Amino acid sequence: MDLTTFLIQCLNAVQYGLLLFLLASGLTLIFGIMGVINLAHGSFYMLGAYLAFSLAPLFGPQFLVMLVCGALLSFVFGYLLEWAFFSYLYQRDHLQQVLMTYALILVFEELRSLLVGNDVHGVQAPAWLAGTIALGDRMTYPTYRLFASAACIVIAIGLYVVVNRTRLGMMIRAGASNRDMVRGLGIDITRLYRIVFAAGVALAALAGMIAAPLSSVYPGMGGSVLIICFVVVVIGGIGSITGALIASLMVGFVDTFGKVFFAELSGIGIYLLMAIILIWRPEGLAKRGA
Amino acid sequence: MTSTRAPASVPTALGGGGAVAPGAPAHGVLPAAAAPAARRSPAAALVPLVGLALLATVPFFAGEYLQDLVVKIMILAIFALSLELLAGTTGLVSLGHAAFLGIGAYAAVLLAPKTGAGSLPVMLGLSMLCAAAYALFVGALSLRTRGVYFIMVTLAFAQMAYFIFHDTKLGGGSDGIYLNVKPGLPDVLDLQNRNAFFYFALGALAATYGLLAALLRSRFGHALAGIRVNEQRMRAAGFRTYGYKLAAFVLAGALAGLAGFLIAVRDGFVNPEMLAWQESGTVLLMLILGGLGHLRGAVLGAIVFTLLKELYSSEGWVGPLAGHWQLTLGLTIIALVATMPKGLMGLPAQLRRRPRPVEAADDD
Repeated sequence: MDLTTFLIQCLNAVQYGLLLFLLASGLTLIFGIMGVINLAHGSFYMLGAYLAFSLAPLFGPQFLVMLVCGALLSFVFGYLLEWAFFSYLYQRDHLQQVLMTYALILVFEELRSLLVGNDVHGVQAPAWLAGTIALGDRMTYPTYRLFASAACIVIAIGLYVVVNRTRLGMMIRAGASNRDMVRGLGIDITRLYRIVFAAGVALAALAGMIAAPLSSVYPGMGGSVLIICFVVVVIGGIGSITGALIASLMVGFVDTFGKVFFAELSGIGIYLLMAIILIWRPEGLAKRGA
Repeated sequence: MTSTRAPASVPTALGGGGAVAPGAPAHGVLPAAAAPAARRSPAAALVPLVGLALLATVPFFAGEYLQDLVVKIMILAIFALSLELLAGTTGLVSLGHAAFLGIGAYAAVLLAPKTGAGSLPVMLGLSMLCAAAYALFVGALSLRTRGVYFIMVTLAFAQMAYFIFHDTKLGGGSDGIYLNVKPGLPDVLDLQNRNAFFYFALGALAATYGLLAALLRSRFGHALAGIRVNEQRMRAAGFRTYGYKLAAFVLAGALAGLAGFLIAVRDGFVNPEMLAWQESGTVLLMLILGGLGHLRGAVLGAIVFTLLKELYSSEGWVGPLAGHWQLTLGLTIIALVATMPKGLMGLPAQLRRRPRPVEAADDD
């Protein structure tokens, strides 16, 4: 493997890792603050991809505007979803919520099949992102992949600012470390939950929209990504956004280079990574409160 | 009238054991493992036996379709019961239980003799042994973690097993592999025979249920329930909880292997999808639907879930909606979750308590 190939694989790994981070950050927020094991998170990713599929022709070259609109739409969707299906489940056993999110997966898959059909679709990247960039003498790298990484970095920075520099972010961090105390301090936890859930949905949909031109848009695309997201969240430590960032980059590298070096057993790599890390640190890399 | 609110009384039962010397735990300090069987009326205790007797008559009147459906439910009930020991009794929610089902099934195919039929007891034993061995490995490592992390580690190990069968040539890759000749006992039991297989599966279900019911009434079962309620206190009372949990994990794995063996023999075919996380999720849902913490809840969940799925996907019942069974099943589950916080087993108590004010109904 020469240097250019290695570099390209590194870029791929970073891009994949950052995309995973968008998904996992939403999941870890919902997980850490609301205590909901959200199996439907993959469906929100699928929702984003299908949003991109239906919105892309309308917006044409205004890809960034489309991303913003899609994110807003999915935020509203998430807000309503929390109100309709989750708001009365918090007092119950967590497994009841798991059952609810599982049922939502079934409903979303079927609605998707009714609305869009079961075909595999492609989404065109806008013309200004469709080219390639030369790397070295012979290799090229698609511009859109670089754009995807850049977009994820921008969103990640935005998330960092919101979580660490605003009052809402303070409530979110407080909620992640001690939910009951936050409630005790008189913070409107119902509203906080609703916003966190909606933000998680919007982040997952953003990831789906950004991923749509890279991978095709197909039925069941949420299922495969869901489990990898859980792996990221658990490696990083539940509720920790920094942990999710480190973990998603690790998973990105292990998965990308696993495919290069051990093609046949590449599927096992990330699970092996997770098992080793959890046996070493049973509560993930960024242990809460430590 | 039976009460299903065992957990509420458990901490006090344990608290009374404060005087017990460490290392010498007495039976009396332990909480009831399942729903309080002792307080159940004799009629309610007969339910499993009556169910068993009714099941035994199925081959006499049922057509092929119904009989196959009942077999499917019985096997899933064994699978659900095996997870109930972990999730319901011990409080260890595993999202990787399908791995043991799949390993049991693959063992039945891969270890079968190349020519001729394998001996039934040997093959069954090997299947359960393989599943138990993997459970010992997974349990020994994953029991170091707790709660959500435990869920995820069990999932990780199940995914590893899934990819080993899916991506390597070991078991025919993603296409799966065929079992050439079904095992049997010469001149006694021929599992090719539909009725013989039915009674074999029924026997397996009865044995599993009986074993678990006896176990839950034993000292071991009470210790597991104690671990679910308060592991710290159990350790303080002198129990090596890790060993108890590991034993439960291995036993649950072996019983899941039994269900896997039955599936392999029924279909004569196994594929990696048996180990997929969706299978682990489905069996967990059966438990939650039925009501965690009850053996009969696990069976009930398996029955209701399978029947609902069958009902919604058969054109004879729901017409053109059959193509969209995911939608109808999903909406039904949402409605069930919204209306039944304690699963199907909690329904009678819930109905009795309905007239009382809302706050009182929320006390647990």
